[in-house]
Amino acid sequence: MQVDAGSDNGVVPANGDSRFRGNDTERENSSGRKKLSRPALVLIALGVAALVSIALFMTLDAKGSWTFVLSFRGKKLLSLVLVAYSVAVSTVLFQTVTNNRILTPSIMGFDALYVLIKTGVVFFFGVSALVSIDSQIQFVVELFVMVGFSFLLFRWLFLGEERSLHLLVLVGIVFGILFRSLSQLMQRMLDPGAFNVLQDTLFASFATTDPTLLGIATLIVAITSFVGWRLMHTYDVLSLGRAQAINLGVDYKRTVAIILVLVAILVSVSTALVGPVTFFGLLVATLAHSLIGNSKHRYVLPAAVLLGFIALVGGQTLLERVFAFDTALSIIIEFLGGLVFIVLVLRRSAR
Amino acid sequence: MAGAIRPSSFRRGPTVRILLFAFLATLILAFISLFVGVSDVSLPALLSGTADARAVEIFFISRVPRTLALMLAGASMAIAGLVMQMVVRNRFVEPSTAGTSESAALGFLVVTLLAPEWPLMAKMAVSALFALGGTALFLRILRAVPLRDVLLVPLVGIMLGGVIGAVSAFIAYRTNLMASLLAWNMGDFSGVLRGRYELLWLGLAGGILAYIAADRFTVAGMGKDFTTNLGLNYKRVMVLGLVIVSVVSAVVLVSVGSIPFLGLIVPNLVSLVVGDNMRRTVPWVAVGGAGFVLACDIVGRLIRFPYEIPIAVVMGVVGSAVFLYLLLRTPRHAS
Repeated sequence: MQVDAGSDNGVVPANGDSRFRGNDTERENSSGRKKLSRPALVLIALGVAALVSIALFMTLDAKGSWTFVLSFRGKKLLSLVLVAYSVAVSTVLFQTVTNNRILTPSIMGFDALYVLIKTGVVFFFGVSALVSIDSQIQFVVELFVMVGFSFLLFRWLFLGEERSLHLLVLVGIVFGILFRSLSQLMQRMLDPGAFNVLQDTLFASFATTDPTLLGIATLIVAITSFVGWRLMHTYDVLSLGRAQAINLGVDYKRTVAIILVLVAILVSVSTALVGPVTFFGLLVATLAHSLIGNSKHRYVLPAAVLLGFIALVGGQTLLERVFAFDTALSIIIEFLGGLVFIVLVLRRSAR
Repeated sequence: MAGAIRPSSFRRGPTVRILLFAFLATLILAFISLFVGVSDVSLPALLSGTADARAVEIFFISRVPRTLALMLAGASMAIAGLVMQMVVRNRFVEPSTAGTSESAALGFLVVTLLAPEWPLMAKMAVSALFALGGTALFLRILRAVPLRDVLLVPLVGIMLGGVIGAVSAFIAYRTNLMASLLAWNMGDFSGVLRGRYELLWLGLAGGILAYIAADRFTVAGMGKDFTTNLGLNYKRVMVLGLVIVSVVSAVVLVSVGSIPFLGLIVPNLVSLVVGDNMRRTVPWVAVGGAGFVLACDIVGRLIRFPYEIPIAVVMGVVGSAVFLYLLLRTPRHAS
């Protein structure tokens, strides 16, 4: 029963979505209700779709005790939701600050940096550092290191001399490769026992999220969101570009610095929970921008987050329950994201 | 086109000295490579004939083939990178930044799945065909860009490689070949033995072919109109170049696994010294490639002795660092 009701609902937002996008004129006579703007309609449609995917995720194929199923899946759901939220928000904010639609934190090699830091801890301080210290405290310490490092990198790349966007992207990608190779090198130098322990803490994917960090991750994301919320009014101004923003009275350097710190924190959270996913942020941010049709952050941010929910929770449900594909979701996201990236880059330079 | 061609600032004196030094260094590295390893093989014992049979066996079955394989793979990959840079007219492309290596891996995966009983040579040929197709796709995408930004080309190439890699990963994941795919993508010379590396000579043949046709590639590097003006068939030169690059990539991938960045940094470093006349650079790119690979492999063998670290890991660190240096070296890209 539950299942049928769920999939019936699932059809509605898909149709509704395209109808809402299709024509603005028909909307007035098709229904008597209050006129809604396109962004609001998109948000409603996305919200319904997100709720449906969450409901399906929680209930589909559930056998046995409901309390067990709900609490077991609930934890997984929470991590997926946290990841989707962190990636979507960090990507949109990062793109606003750096004033482009192509670069994302993970393309800049940020999640690779997290893995590198984690590996570096084991490499330089021994595996005891990883085992003896409480994993939550460890996570917070790693966060600080990550924020420090990434901040230096950002400042060097973005607040220094003016560089071309293509150079930045390429440098970011190569930095990512460098970080990954360095981690690999260090991992190869570890003795097998230490490597196993490290592998355990790094091994996370959409199918097997790391449940120990859920509490602290939720807290961190909440605090970050609060700080981010307070800056909400500056985002639209910042997206006009540096000169305009300063002209309009934004304390540019300070605001950008705060936002970059928030981005670094969110990226660490998502990487800690599910490991590196290069193109997920790019996918949801690009889709959100094109669905909403303008770049007001009060629409784009929630749209990106909802799209993230749909993609992760819905995608995971689809792959896990319907196709039994297990962990292939990240491969599919990588594939689609890479294509979107190429199209974006080409379209931008064709203009 | 912000020049793939750099005027050859060829000052005889110091240049020759640098190149001589490079040549000597490569020879020394090759010599070191023969005598570095877990088993004890010493030169005096080998020469005087007092070495035990096991040491002699190890020397001829493992050490000599490994050193040869290193030099062959290094030289041919570096030349392939150089040819690619000439043909695409961009100094930042090489097989791993143009989707070529990933396509070769996809081809090898497909042929391993569909025709596992085929001989290695045939599998290599299929892999080379895929590499050719992938590179052609890359060039086709580039044609859609009206204004070719120097940095856009490797950017698109790396992403195309990622997409093709995702396709391979998906297939490998579904067919339980993930471990093999990882091994192909991770160049490693530790498994090289006599009888298992000979395919690499084919790569050297590609390199020699590139040397013979070097003048054509130099001309092609100046652009289509210029080439046609000089009476050369531009398309034929392009195809020749791409075939050389694809075959070399496939050969190296099939025998030792892919080695990232090699074809990018060696030609770039050489051209800083010698300039861009390919007739003159090919020998030095070959020597440089061989020396570089030897050095990285020896480092990989020694850094965690008696265990070994695959060359792809060492090369990933060194290569990406040098690539970053090349990218950020001068502020001329700022625009």
